[in-house]
Amino acid sequence: MTETQKVLVPRPTALEFFDGPVTDASLRRYLEGIPGVDAVGLEQRAAGLGTRSIKTTSKKRALDTIISLIDLTTLEGADTPGKVRSLVAKAITPDASDQSTPRVAAVCVYGDMVPYAVEALGVHHARGTDSGIQVAAVATAFPSGRASLAVKLSDTADAVDAGADEIDMVIDRGAFLSGRYGQVFDEIVAVKEACRRSDGSYAHLKVILETGELNTYDNIRRASWLAIVAGGDFIKTSTGKVAPAATLPVTLLMLEVVRDWHRLTGEKIGVKPAGGIRTSKDAIKYLVTVAETVGEDWLQPDLFRFGASSLLNDVLLQRQKMTTGHYSGADYVTID
Amino acid sequence: MSRLAVPKTYKLYIGGKFPRSESGRTYEVVTTNGAFLANAAKASRKDARDAVVAARSAVPGWANATAYNRGQVLYRIAELLEGRRAQFIDEIVQSEGVSTSAATQQVDEAIDRWVWYAGWADKYVQVTGNANPVSGPYFNLSVPEPTGVVAIVAPQNSSLVGFVSVVAPALVAGNTVVVLASERLPLSAITLSEVLATSDVPGGVVNILTGSAAEVAPWLASHADVNALDLTGAGALNWVDLEIAAAETLKRVLRPEGGTDPAAPSLDRITALTETKTVWHTKSLI
Repeated sequence: MTETQKVLVPRPTALEFFDGPVTDASLRRYLEGIPGVDAVGLEQRAAGLGTRSIKTTSKKRALDTIISLIDLTTLEGADTPGKVRSLVAKAITPDASDQSTPRVAAVCVYGDMVPYAVEALGVHHARGTDSGIQVAAVATAFPSGRASLAVKLSDTADAVDAGADEIDMVIDRGAFLSGRYGQVFDEIVAVKEACRRSDGSYAHLKVILETGELNTYDNIRRASWLAIVAGGDFIKTSTGKVAPAATLPVTLLMLEVVRDWHRLTGEKIGVKPAGGIRTSKDAIKYLVTVAETVGEDWLQPDLFRFGASSLLNDVLLQRQKMTTGHYSGADYVTID
Repeated sequence: MSRLAVPKTYKLYIGGKFPRSESGRTYEVVTTNGAFLANAAKASRKDARDAVVAARSAVPGWANATAYNRGQVLYRIAELLEGRRAQFIDEIVQSEGVSTSAATQQVDEAIDRWVWYAGWADKYVQVTGNANPVSGPYFNLSVPEPTGVVAIVAPQNSSLVGFVSVVAPALVAGNTVVVLASERLPLSAITLSEVLATSDVPGGVVNILTGSAAEVAPWLASHADVNALDLTGAGALNWVDLEIAAAETLKRVLRPEGGTDPAAPSLDRITALTETKTVWHTKSLI
């Protein structure tokens, strides 16, 4: 019973939503008091947003925006320093045949690959600033999250020490689905603290909900609130290791939570759909959804990202088609 | 009692499926007298793009199938063509306005050519490949390999023979094809697509587009993911421009052929769509 008595420390702006101290019980009362999701309405709205026609002039801008929002990702067991270096080379110069191609927002790698990514980026590394390419690391026993808290925290601190600007953590889905919201909350808070650098600044924290394992829209909405209240800077749909990964309705739902949070507190939380977004056409649907739900302000790397690996190549092919006037092929972009 | 006719609206054949044209357009296929025969899909550039994507993804499977297996699969198509003889003959009589015996002759010729090309699948490498003499203790072997995705403009004045004569040789070596059927006489090509869909040919190996060759061919000619362009049936088009567009990405180009029998069967039609790879290997490891 000690756990339910423990007072949790949420992000300061979240305090006003709770009467008195935040405990496991009050958190559960709060999260389970959130109204349910109208699944049919949500899916219909997402499908509607997906049918928006994008004209050629807007498409060009959309493609460039997509590139600038990509977290170029390699999360394979077979990753090597060499593979990370070639990923970074691609992040810096996505299309060698067209120097006007924008750079991606970040490279996303496993924690042990962070030093190689930082080294390969060199002067292009953002190092906590807004310009340049960020290094994002997945941590907390990604992708399952099945490790003790101590391991998760040292995993996180290790990546931050190595120079990661952003940490992608996974929540404990088992605890969440069992209703132990306080535990999930605590972990997010602790990981957030582990993101603290020696100079007192924090690495950005993206909280992966793994929506494919949360089963219902109601759960996804609760998890989104939970992650925000606990202090996540970004909420991210999936690890990319579980199917289904990011879908448009799920992303729309998370964007709605972010919009509501912004209305309540004025704080802007980021959203990152990841996994399964492979074509420009899909990505443009996401841009439309963002613009229509939270507004065009969110279409910047600080507030919206695509977690993707093959998406970039497809966008480059579309870009080449628009520049040259004829269809391009996979021989004209790099092999990942 | 008279029966209400069921007018058919045919679709495209892309990636082993039968989609409507992305543009939603159709056109009427008519007899020589102008009587209605069927509606056919009028492909757009985006259908051509989709077809190339399907063809590209089918390349590894088809090119890496054993030559023997490819021969078997192609031969199986000839068997199925034989089973649809009556339908092919009927359609040729209606759309070309020729006699039944002339149509029968055309169908027989098409099936024979298909069988002839199927036989080449596990033989053409022996004939066109070579062991080259070199001044050292090495094997030096030149082997033809498929070039990849071949875009074809089928002969416009022939229903079935012309179509078969350009498609079959491209498939023998392991290429995949995107073929623009005759605009005026597409019915045989459409029926052939139904044959292909029920045969052992993997989806995407043959993709058949109906509609205006003049509209779609330029997109295929300039497409960077197409490796070769067969303009056999493009005589009436501005084919020089197509050849220039193809040169931008160094495609192989087969020029238009006129005459009564364009693309007559020949081993050259197979080798024209291959690339020669030469490998060196030591004769002994001692």
